[in-house]
Amino acid sequence: MDAKILIHVEQLYRYYGHHPAVEDVSFELALGEVLGFLGPNGAGKSTTMQMITGNLAPSAGQICINGVDLLDAPGLAKAGIGYLPEQPPVYRDLTVDEYLYYCARLHRVARNQRGPCVSRAKQRCGLSGVDRRLIGNLSKGYQQRVGIAQAILHNPAIVVLDEPTVGLDPNQIRDIRNLIRELGENHGIILSTHILPEVQATCSRVQIIHRGRLVFSEHMAELERRLAGHALILETRAPLEVETLQQLPGIDNVTALAGNRARLHFDTTSPAEAVAACVASQGWGLVELALDRQTLEQVFIDLTCSDATAGNETGAAA
Amino acid sequence: MILTIALRELKNLFLSPLAWSILAVLQLIMAWLFLSQIDIFAMVQPRLAGIEGAPGVTDFVVVPVLQTTGFILLMISPALTMRVFSDEKRNRTLTLLMSAPISMTEIVLGKFLGITLFFLLLLAMLSLMPLSLYAGTSLDGGKLLAGLLGLSLLLMTFAAIGIFMSSLTEQPVVAAISTFGLLILLWIIDWSGGENEKVTGLFHYLSIQTHLEYFLKGLVSTTDAAYYLLLTLTFLLLSIRRLDQQRLTG
Repeated sequence: MDAKILIHVEQLYRYYGHHPAVEDVSFELALGEVLGFLGPNGAGKSTTMQMITGNLAPSAGQICINGVDLLDAPGLAKAGIGYLPEQPPVYRDLTVDEYLYYCARLHRVARNQRGPCVSRAKQRCGLSGVDRRLIGNLSKGYQQRVGIAQAILHNPAIVVLDEPTVGLDPNQIRDIRNLIRELGENHGIILSTHILPEVQATCSRVQIIHRGRLVFSEHMAELERRLAGHALILETRAPLEVETLQQLPGIDNVTALAGNRARLHFDTTSPAEAVAACVASQGWGLVELALDRQTLEQVFIDLTCSDATAGNETGAAA
Repeated sequence: MILTIALRELKNLFLSPLAWSILAVLQLIMAWLFLSQIDIFAMVQPRLAGIEGAPGVTDFVVVPVLQTTGFILLMISPALTMRVFSDEKRNRTLTLLMSAPISMTEIVLGKFLGITLFFLLLLAMLSLMPLSLYAGTSLDGGKLLAGLLGLSLLLMTFAAIGIFMSSLTEQPVVAAISTFGLLILLWIIDWSGGENEKVTGLFHYLSIQTHLEYFLKGLVSTTDAAYYLLLTLTFLLLSIRRLDQQRLTG
């Protein structure tokens, strides 16, 4: 990647008392990337985000924003970040306009730039109709949008969004996803979420964090390739013979599954045609022949569930 | 940036009925007191006329009014300062300030300035009553100014202590009660009589009230001003430290 590195995080640790919330997390975010942060509840997603945005001090490790160390020059580093925490930090007593102008001032947006900045953020987040309403009277979805508007208001290089689509209706979710993709073109975005399709729809890179550690980090394109799978699932009416299938060209090995089913592993090109022809000639009666697609969900569950039980055991032991 | 936060804080106060009710109630109480003081003065005035160097209208009306103002504000100021940080913490809006490119010092000073501006406004409104006496008589202007200066310094101290207490807890009521407790303690600390003169001297110095007395007598001394300023500075520094430390402990 020769794109500009916006965030550089190295060996980040964070302890709550003796409990490690984040352990040895290192990653980078480049311009034009949308990084999806996945993980089960309490995995350390929010903690990591709070550290990046300077709301929480790391126990150890280094965070560089735009090449500026967050601890050395917090003001300069924070200027490049827009942050939407889990709970939108809105003042319920203010109107949307008052609030956004206040945020613009806090982010040191120049006086003559405030008006355009606020109206652009409002327009992007679909807030144009509610500018004079009290935030406290708005629905959760609108409050969330005000939170997002606040995060992108000062046009920061990096936008950190902690579960941005929580509480939104499907239409709004689609709008926000489009907005995120659009922002991703000339910003760097970190997005945390539980919703896996959201990651697949919006992100260019995925990281799964589990029990404070990064367990998975992959570019979306690469992931797609991996997920595309290298196996076929075959189901027939009559019992099938594994040996016959094994002989077919392009098939590495065959695992028999229960009930006239088999998984056929292959390396490069799918041998579906040959398999179908074989089944037909043997008269087994083809019921199903499908590509065994691994979903992101499976990856997620594989990575986070297997030692979740181990975690429970140690928890019980302690 | 400090000013931005200060003005927001001040405007926020006026968005809720709290600020308005405090201004109204205080004005009412002080007006009552002011009028009764004037009544007393009108009664004793003929007798005072005979005595040389007798206390004038400033001593009889203005000074007691200012003194009582100080005490009443001691009870009211916790209600004003209690929500400064605890509300922000409870509503998770502190994140907004923390993620903005502002230092902790600017945040605390901004909040402090906002509350102080409100107190000054309050004081300005209350001082209209003594000033109205200028219509019928002449006052000891120096004494009045000294008293107002003393009260302003006192209120700054109240604000700083209240802000610190508010930074300690997420519960506004807890913040209010602890502020009130500490202020009362500082007010009555020199009431404890003792044989040891060093100890009573120390308590006398620590008392937040004795220093006000000097101002009300018309004595503007750096000792008393320094006492209030030091106390204010201490609690502001403690608030900054407290918020910084919160980033570490989470």
